[in-house]
Amino acid sequence: MIEVDVALAMGGFKLEAAFQNADGITALFGHSGSGKSLTLNLIAGLLRPDRGYIRLDGNPLVDRERGVFVPPHRRRIGLVFQDSHLFPHLSVKQNLLFGRFFAPRRERAIDFDAVIETLGIASLLARHPARLSGGERQRVAIGRALLSCPKLLLFDEPLAALDMQRKLEILPLIEHVRDHFQVPIVYVSHSIEEVVRLAAFVVVLDAGKVKAIGGPAEVFGTVAAQLEETRFDRSSILTMWVSGEDASYGLTQLMHPSGTLWLAGPAGPVGTEVRVIVKATDVVLAVGKPGHLSIRNALSGRVVGLEREGALVLVETALDGGGNLFAMISRHALDELGIAPGDPIIGLIKTAALDERRISRPRPALG
Amino acid sequence: MLNLSPDEWTAIWLSLRIAVVATIASLPFGILAAYALARWRFPGKMIFNGIVHLPLVLPPVVTGFVLLILLGRKGVFGGFLADIGIVLSFRWTGAAVACAVMGFPLMVRAMRLSFESIDKRLELASGTLGASPIATFFLVSLPLAFPGIVVGAILAFAKALGEFGATITFVSNIPGETQTISAAIYSFTQVPGGDAGALRLTAVAVFIALTTLIASEIVQRQAERRLGSFE
Repeated sequence: MIEVDVALAMGGFKLEAAFQNADGITALFGHSGSGKSLTLNLIAGLLRPDRGYIRLDGNPLVDRERGVFVPPHRRRIGLVFQDSHLFPHLSVKQNLLFGRFFAPRRERAIDFDAVIETLGIASLLARHPARLSGGERQRVAIGRALLSCPKLLLFDEPLAALDMQRKLEILPLIEHVRDHFQVPIVYVSHSIEEVVRLAAFVVVLDAGKVKAIGGPAEVFGTVAAQLEETRFDRSSILTMWVSGEDASYGLTQLMHPSGTLWLAGPAGPVGTEVRVIVKATDVVLAVGKPGHLSIRNALSGRVVGLEREGALVLVETALDGGGNLFAMISRHALDELGIAPGDPIIGLIKTAALDERRISRPRPALG
Repeated sequence: MLNLSPDEWTAIWLSLRIAVVATIASLPFGILAAYALARWRFPGKMIFNGIVHLPLVLPPVVTGFVLLILLGRKGVFGGFLADIGIVLSFRWTGAAVACAVMGFPLMVRAMRLSFESIDKRLELASGTLGASPIATFFLVSLPLAFPGIVVGAILAFAKALGEFGATITFVSNIPGETQTISAAIYSFTQVPGGDAGALRLTAVAVFIALTTLIASEIVQRQAERRLGSFE
């Protein structure tokens, strides 16, 4: 359980953040300059708030009213930086064991070999950080923070400095850490995809203020949140269930009350809850049942909102059975189809536009 | 080879001894001062910085005279020191103090730069991993500043070998006690026919200086290789 209620003024910037979350990954989402890294530094103890408190499992880490400030080295909070910050004078193994050395012996619950195996860094142990690639460095940094057996793990845009290929390698590792090591995580990012994939709880910061709090679908599923993004970053988040697979074609069927989606590749056993991100630019709208198309994925709903933007329109559809689907179409198409709020509509999505990157498995229930 | 006289050998060993003692004794203080100047914020920091650098800009004779006033037998602290058995004036130990004071700003400057060039976030990372500030200093800051610490120590050592003004003012020029290579060369130039002796000691001084520089270069390169910044 992490509870945050802090205020800090720094060089003209004012941060006021309050949120609490008990389970899974808490994502701090916002653009640069939103105050999300500042919040992370306050949690880690690298900065002191002017006012307020931060509590972890009921214990205050800082509480200005009560005059409590636990220095960073006594907080037992692991921090993974954007640029790994491994100690250049130590080997990978020494880096990994650094934090472990300072953890009280009886609290060294996290097993060294398990971490090495999870992160796939066994072959790097003898090397020095200067001889590692960016992705390898970040794996070691995650291992180093994890092996200090922290009560809370902080990630400060851990993937921002990596290329797409490396990101795809590291994301599943963070998911694995989330699901297998029982350490609560606060994850700072400006990438909706990362946040939706990893987090069950999102705090959206903007100009130092909390703008929205909640599950990823609620937080990102509003027109206002969509209009903040550029056209290509607008997307809907759908909660669905694995309902079957077509092994011969390598497809997985996902269920939603409004229809089904076929996903290329596996997404877990039948019944698994998954979150799917659908880019608004990948959605085609149809009025009435479409004829012969290569599209296998159709979701039905009702138009609830139109936001005109130059030649384009952002169409918001309330899907049958809950959830919102956003589609970017041209104003010309809108007028030709005569789409108006209240109309029934079908959203079509290409399977090829849904890949495993767009899928997240929410943390399984403990026990 | 050079046919050095026993007195000249004495001056050489004395110089080396004074320089080594001055360097080693001032090392902890130098590291502490350098780290404080690089990382801490405290009231009077500018004044502290000024005092550390004073011997660099003052005429050496003035520094020597101040030492005499402070630490001489009848000086401000000299009487107290004599009571607890420490006599510095006109002793080789006094020469070591003078050399340490003169070399101190050079030592601190090099080390300070080295501490300042360490990425602060490495020290912050160490803190979040549970290391106390003291543990962080010894496990992260000090090893990373090692090349600069070597440079600082070498500079102080070289300065101590060549120190003349402050030393001769504070502890005079007593053969066998405070007469270093520099002082001996000076003495040679003051007597007729002393040029040969001065030349011999000059050759020795050049040899020691070169050896020191090469040794420091090797140590530094090894340290940098260890830190992986050679690519």
